[in-house]
Amino acid sequence: MKEFKVTPIRNGTVIDHIECGMALKVLRIIGVSGTNVQSPISVLMHVPSKKTEFKDVLKVEDRELDPREVDKIALISPRATINIIRDFNVAEKYTVKLPEVVRGIVRCGNPNCITNLKEPVEPEFVVEARNPPTLRCIYCDRILEDTAEHII
Amino acid sequence: MSFKGSDIVSIRDLSREQIDQVMDLAEKMVPYAKGEVHSKALEGCILSNLFFEPSTRTRMSFESAMARLGGKTLEMSHPSMMSVVKGETLTDTVRMVESYSDVIVLRHPHEGAARLAAHFSSKPVINAGDGAGQHPTQTLLDLFTIRREKGHIENVKVALVGDLKYGRTAHSLAEALTLFGAEVTFVAPASLQMPRETVKQMEKLGGKPKLTSKLEEVIREADVLYITRIQKERFPDPSEYLKVAGCYRIDNVLLREAKKDLTIMHPLPRVDEIAPEVDSTPHAKYFEQAFNGVPVRMALLLLVLGGELA
Repeated sequence: MKEFKVTPIRNGTVIDHIECGMALKVLRIIGVSGTNVQSPISVLMHVPSKKTEFKDVLKVEDRELDPREVDKIALISPRATINIIRDFNVAEKYTVKLPEVVRGIVRCGNPNCITNLKEPVEPEFVVEARNPPTLRCIYCDRILEDTAEHII
Repeated sequence: MSFKGSDIVSIRDLSREQIDQVMDLAEKMVPYAKGEVHSKALEGCILSNLFFEPSTRTRMSFESAMARLGGKTLEMSHPSMMSVVKGETLTDTVRMVESYSDVIVLRHPHEGAARLAAHFSSKPVINAGDGAGQHPTQTLLDLFTIRREKGHIENVKVALVGDLKYGRTAHSLAEALTLFGAEVTFVAPASLQMPRETVKQMEKLGGKPKLTSKLEEVIREADVLYITRIQKERFPDPSEYLKVAGCYRIDNVLLREAKKDLTIMHPLPRVDEIAPEVDSTPHAKYFEQAFNGVPVRMALLLLVLGGELA
């Protein structure tokens, strides 16, 4: 895609096929706040895509993601792909995939759920569908609505 | 299948065969529950009743069930007298109580509390209601009542009436009725109608629930009328409560249209959903229903504690 005014990165991660409009939420998931960044980050929003009409893309230099971050991205962008770049080459490429159970990465949206009190448990959800992600709290049995807003 | 050591958190955790097993045993428990026959099947066993919310029927019927089987019950004094007010977590309360008893019965204002307790307790936990969540022993006794009154549950026409949105008993009962092949109709004003999620779950189980707001439409056809109280405490907005309070009332005039063998059920307490004049008709089964809580809970306690009738 030559029309991208973004240069290739030497080392880091390209998160491709992010759902349109979700790039800034993905930035928040990977902990980029603006003051803690040492290397360049490129944010591309609403660019043409072969798979879907439009997509967002993130290029994060000198950074690889941990599995919890990848699971969180899967919650808001189930078709996203992770490309790990080492020395300008794609060293690894995979599509995010939610596990069957997610634990400790999202809190229950039901304010009356016991996991929202000071109990020593991590919120836990059964993944009933992956695209769009449908999560059921194993404690209160409710389906989580507005997943992006409840990511921890 | 063996229930010994199992938790009873949600009716969804039980298969149809397991529910049948509970009801078959509950049937055998009836003379014991009435005090006509005595048993010491659970002698030496201790039940802890942990009620963080008020309850009359559930708490007392568990206590009665345990006593009828020769066991003892530890009652928590009012939660305001306990360490809970000092900030103790439910987890810590459960860890402590499990070391004092063989089975824990829990009612709690927060959804998911029983699942959490079951997670931390090595002793069986029986959910006696978690907020607006599950109340599986109520569902079991409701099914048992229908089976006793009608002889079977399959193809019985059941109308669930009243607060179907917030009423915790209604959701799990609706699903369980579908599992047993009953024909379910929901009667509620639009703002209190059965949540879409429950309707979808019933359709997944092969049910075809009907929805209406008019009680007159179903009264002629129904075999069972299950009416619930519109619970003020579950409404986030009091003005919403006032709009719908008292919208359905069963009285003898309405019952002129009903089948002769119509069974009326109510989880109690009632406020003014059922006129007192109905109590003396053969339709009224809500006090039998409340009694049925004892044999059903006896059966459950025997099963989870692995007790056997002598």
